[in-house]
Amino acid sequence: MEFTLLFMVIPPLLGAALNGILGRRFPQWLVSLVACGAAGLAMLFAFLSAWIYAHSALDPSPFEHAYFPWIHAGKLRADYAFYYDRLTLVMTVTVTVVAFIIHLYSRGYMEHEGGYYRFFCYLNLFLFMMLTLVTAASYPLLFVGWEGVGLCSYLLIGFYFRKKSASDAGKKAFIVTRIGDAGFTVGVALLFWTLGSLNFRDVFPRLASLPQGEYTGTLTAIGILVFLGAVGKSAQLPLYVWLPDAMEGPTPVSALIHAATMVTAGVYLVARSNALYAQAPAALEIIGIVGGLTAFYAATIALAQNDLKRMLAYSTISQLGYMFVGCGVGVFAAGIFHLMTHAFFKSLLFLAAGSVMHAMSGELDMRKMGALRHKLPVTHATFLIATLAISGVPLLSGFFSKDEILAGAYEGPLGRPWLYWLATFTAGLTALYMFRALCMTFWGVSRIEPDVEHHVHESGSKMTVPLMVLAFFSVIAGYVSWPKPLRGTESFDRYLDPVFKPAEELLRAGSLEHGGTLGAGVLMTFSAIAAFAGILIALWLYWKSPERPARLAERFSGLYQVLVHKYYVDEIYDWLIVRPIRLGSEKLLWQRIDAGAIDGTLVEGVGEVTEGAGGILRRIQSGNLRSYAAWVLLGAVIWVAYILIRP
Amino acid sequence: MVPLSHYLALSAILFVLGAAGFVFRRNVITIFMCIELMLNGVNLAFIAFSRFLGNLDGQLFVFFAIVVAAAEAAVGLALIIALRRNRESLNIEDLDSMKM
Repeated sequence: MEFTLLFMVIPPLLGAALNGILGRRFPQWLVSLVACGAAGLAMLFAFLSAWIYAHSALDPSPFEHAYFPWIHAGKLRADYAFYYDRLTLVMTVTVTVVAFIIHLYSRGYMEHEGGYYRFFCYLNLFLFMMLTLVTAASYPLLFVGWEGVGLCSYLLIGFYFRKKSASDAGKKAFIVTRIGDAGFTVGVALLFWTLGSLNFRDVFPRLASLPQGEYTGTLTAIGILVFLGAVGKSAQLPLYVWLPDAMEGPTPVSALIHAATMVTAGVYLVARSNALYAQAPAALEIIGIVGGLTAFYAATIALAQNDLKRMLAYSTISQLGYMFVGCGVGVFAAGIFHLMTHAFFKSLLFLAAGSVMHAMSGELDMRKMGALRHKLPVTHATFLIATLAISGVPLLSGFFSKDEILAGAYEGPLGRPWLYWLATFTAGLTALYMFRALCMTFWGVSRIEPDVEHHVHESGSKMTVPLMVLAFFSVIAGYVSWPKPLRGTESFDRYLDPVFKPAEELLRAGSLEHGGTLGAGVLMTFSAIAAFAGILIALWLYWKSPERPARLAERFSGLYQVLVHKYYVDEIYDWLIVRPIRLGSEKLLWQRIDAGAIDGTLVEGVGEVTEGAGGILRRIQSGNLRSYAAWVLLGAVIWVAYILIRP
Repeated sequence: MVPLSHYLALSAILFVLGAAGFVFRRNVITIFMCIELMLNGVNLAFIAFSRFLGNLDGQLFVFFAIVVAAAEAAVGLALIIALRRNRESLNIEDLDSMKM
């Protein structure tokens, strides 16, 4: 077991090193062989580890193995150790499968781009860091993976670094997530201060055995601070602004890092810390509320976006909000379930968008697309499947996972009806904006510019086969958990019960109010109705009569402008934070303190004093003998006078 | 018996005259003579104290001072002649070539 885990994590690191150091000299086929081979090996060993773990006597208690000592400082002991339980199993399998498919897709997508080896080096490094993150056995090691994926995200967003907007977007992502990470580190330090250890093995039992209510204040603070890290990484309100800009990176990166895996690290962190949140329900409620508001907020922005990838980015933010709603109401398994299904259908959406972009010579504006279904049949079919899945159409993966979250929002340990209604309404919006994109891109009449139009072609099999594989998963991934209202057992949730059950029971015992009175079947009907309503409105607006949306936008132009400009949040942040900092740096720190005080007073001041003193003293050296004599005389007179008047 | 204070007063007058001459006169030879005047003012003080204290050390010093003054006169006057030949001037204010 410990070896299979190591063999899962190491190949991507070796692949990254090999391609990073020697890749420049390698031919393209060798670079992609190394990178895809590494990702494939990781996937193979992820499955092997899962198989061994499932058949070991250990299951469902966690497996832990320390490979070598890492930090031993005072009471803090953090080894390079892996922690493997059913949650890790789900995460490693999801991450490696999606990563492997996207590696394969990237072979085709990046074929004609410069920096082929650099791209695959970063991609492998990212996979290594992501696996470190999900297998880490302590918060410090998790943090290594956490920052590592952040680094790779920065490198890959700024992959086209000659483009200013791309390098700016990379910096923005890095800096904005750093705000959250500051909270995360403080939270972890506070946790260490409270519990005296940061290894999961010690932390979770100690949290469970804490006397109820005694540490609630501290634990709530820790919970909120740790969640702040998740807010940054998973692009929630108010730190979501970096994710739409992150679309400057190559599309496979958007699919892997900014949709399927890295951005879900925050959800994983919250789910992994469920023992902490069970003791701090107030922090958990904040998570649920932030998630719900983010889901709704981002969905409204997605309604008015015309850039295909940006629209998908806002959709990702919205779906991440759903996952946090799941965690926030205490049904962690539903959040993880949605994480898994979302990883498949959202990466599929991005890869399909990449295929469209490929065909359209880089064009991403949906207003200049349309009727692409004839020319890109495979892309269209897979995009349609993913759209149906994300919209929550029954019997596709998104329906099952989203429905579990919605049901949890209503009747979960911390469920509250208004959150349910908000999330259900958002589900309708999701269907609406996704079908809007589908209509504008693939259906209706062609608005493609003539000189682009005759280039339009379906992508090669290197790209379409991964699309089909992901489409397959987008359909079936939901069936691992057949829902209760349809006489299922929600087997995925039951499978994760050993990880989450104690926390959920504690939360349920602590919560006073229990949701509303509607049955699970009714809730499910509502969510299906919301999805279909969204789809019908989208079809009515964008398919049959393309002039309707324009009329609507005109009538509600105020609201429409707000949505198009994304609630002016970037502008507000610019005014509130960026400009004051820039102004303060420029006018105060640079021109006053640095140039004025430090340079002016200290550096040049010393010089000026010396020079001025010299200017005065040099007058003594007049070269005039008589003045020298006068000075000597004066000195003698003073000396004699001193002797005479000395007491 | 002339009291000590008279000698000292004369000595001080000679010294101050020499010093003032040194500062205010421009001719190098005059300045040179002013130095001699100051030396002799000091010599006079030495002698007066020697006599007053009944100690010969002061007179011994004066001999040294006279010897040094004689040597100085020899070197100094030679320098002045060399100066006169080179510069065509004995004005002290012209002798400032060491000034930057």
